Amino acid sequence: MQNNTKKIKFIVPLISVFLGLLIGGIIMLISGYKPIEAYVALFQGIFGGSYYIGETIRQMSPLILSGLAVAFAFRTGLFNIGVEGQLLVGWLAAVYVGIFVDAPAIIHIPLAVLAAGVAGALWGSVPGILKARFKVHEVITTIMMNYIALYSTNEIIRNFMLAPGERTENVKESASLASPFLQSITEYSTLHFGIIVAIVAAVIMWFLLWRTTLGYELRAVGFNQHASQYAGINVSKNIVLSMAISGAFAGIAGSMEGLGTYQYMTINAGFTGVGFDGIAVALLGANSAIGVILGAALFGGLKIGALNMQAIAGVPTELVGVVIALIIFFVACSYLVHWLMNRVNRGGKI
Amino acid sequence: MSFMDILALIIPAAIVSAAPLIFTALGGVFSERSGVVNIGLEGLMLFGAFTGAVTIYYGEQFGLDGAAPWVSFVVAMIVGALFASIHAVASISLKADQVVSGVAINFLAAGLAIFLTKKIFNAGQTPVISERISKSDIPFLSDIPIIGKLFFSNAYLTSYLAVFVALIVWYVLYKTPFGLRLRSVGEHPMAADTMGINVKKMRYVGVLLSGALAGLGGAVYVASISGNFTHSTITGQGFMALAAMIFGKWHPLGALGAALFFGLAQAISISGAQIPGLQDIPKVFLLIAPYVLTILALAGLVGRADAPKALGTPYEKGKR
Repeated sequence: MQNNTKKIKFIVPLISVFLGLLIGGIIMLISGYKPIEAYVALFQGIFGGSYYIGETIRQMSPLILSGLAVAFAFRTGLFNIGVEGQLLVGWLAAVYVGIFVDAPAIIHIPLAVLAAGVAGALWGSVPGILKARFKVHEVITTIMMNYIALYSTNEIIRNFMLAPGERTENVKESASLASPFLQSITEYSTLHFGIIVAIVAAVIMWFLLWRTTLGYELRAVGFNQHASQYAGINVSKNIVLSMAISGAFAGIAGSMEGLGTYQYMTINAGFTGVGFDGIAVALLGANSAIGVILGAALFGGLKIGALNMQAIAGVPTELVGVVIALIIFFVACSYLVHWLMNRVNRGGKI
Repeated sequence: MSFMDILALIIPAAIVSAAPLIFTALGGVFSERSGVVNIGLEGLMLFGAFTGAVTIYYGEQFGLDGAAPWVSFVVAMIVGALFASIHAVASISLKADQVVSGVAINFLAAGLAIFLTKKIFNAGQTPVISERISKSDIPFLSDIPIIGKLFFSNAYLTSYLAVFVALIVWYVLYKTPFGLRLRSVGEHPMAADTMGINVKKMRYVGVLLSGALAGLGGAVYVASISGNFTHSTITGQGFMALAAMIFGKWHPLGALGAALFFGLAQAISISGAQIPGLQDIPKVFLLIAPYVLTILALAGLVGRADAPKALGTPYEKGKR
């Protein structure tokens, strides 16, 4: 049985990815594109040179962090759809520290990343407190908090940090994660040091969940709130804490954009999408640290490869969004896979 | 500027921006009252907007003229229901996490709508339609002093349709056996099952109706407000409708009231600069007001909002 669940854990994501790509191919075929040519172009757009690899890794960093944010909350039985908002708040905090603080890089960068984490944690803890204190479902509050974050950050930029071009100034060199060295070895892609931050965060998440008392309590609350309460675990505290830590990961994901990819923050007309992609990454990665890294690699790769697919095979990049949506569907419907496998195991009797 | 002028400026604008929200929120009421969470309202509304824009465009080509928007509403409702059936199969039959399935609906709708737009029109947006729902005065009612000018003149027919549909939904949910059954499977599916009600069937009906109404909401948005479909046509209206439904306590008339109120907040945020006393309030407070109020409502600070009891849990026969 143990062996069987482990096997399913691997098989469900693999089958889902396969089915997602398959149906994506069928959609292309129906709309008159050439699926094989498109997928080859997509693949080349991910691996066909150090530039593409650099871009994929750059795309992965915020995805890993937003995936970790969703996965961490999931472990405590919470669904954090608010990563998008926490990311924006973190982005703003990182850029603020990056612009207005003077410090040597060794202090400035950690300080800016920390500020992003704290901002995200505060933003994330609001739904946590509402859940713990008033039993308000976190899915709704996090969605509402997303919009509050979007409009508020825009307003703050407009009033206090505006530079020409609907954006803030660039962050100081000492706060920047950009790396001429990484850029030069990847044919001048936009790769930056953020990936190191993301991987460190993944290790921290793993350690926190599996090697500390806190992690044990958080997971216990995720499995069964009532049993945890009975065992003397403070459920309310753990809910708030889980949302805060989740928010911190999301906030740091924002600092990847603010200190790494863009070096500034724009007035956003809509969401970045990174937070919502985090849900997909966490689901595909079965809420584990290593799974999240692999999931981020897949979705990051698909997003970067899509550009080449559009350039060469003429297929709009949105097809990748469709494929990602399909993959989430199939992972969510893993009941189907379980049911099929049980049927096979029972020798096809029932 | 007199007080009446201010009202005459804001109230019709509020009613206009509320109409798509009302339809979509009513859709949410159907789905959630039957016990299925529908985060996918945003995506369903988005796909409705896409369908509406495409249908009106081709309707004009085929010479439907003024009837094109109305045809598009019917088409958008059918397409919306079909799209929602994916959510229904996943969350009712395959017992998927309803929130995850809803998120996937949003992704799928956004991706597919833009993909198809680019495929069909070779551009990022659909052509702007010329046959919009036009503003008109309601005969007789618009002649009533004061009220007539505020509520019945210079407004879109779809807005009144929205209010009318809200009344119908209220009647169906609270005054018919069908409504009682739909609500019962959302509160206590096992009890409903024992009484011989087909839980899955009722939930399918709830989700499909939510898709139809959200699709209608999207098409109405195109026909009355935006005039075409782009990637930024529907950005959050579906979530705002979800908020309206919750702020309205999962009740059709509550959702109607909340949607009108959110519409008012939007109208003030757009035309607030022309109004004495309001131009000093930063726009951001009006933009975030619907969301803040919804959170406060949920926290019990603005009246308690309780969800249907079985919301979000798949029904399994014989499970205790």
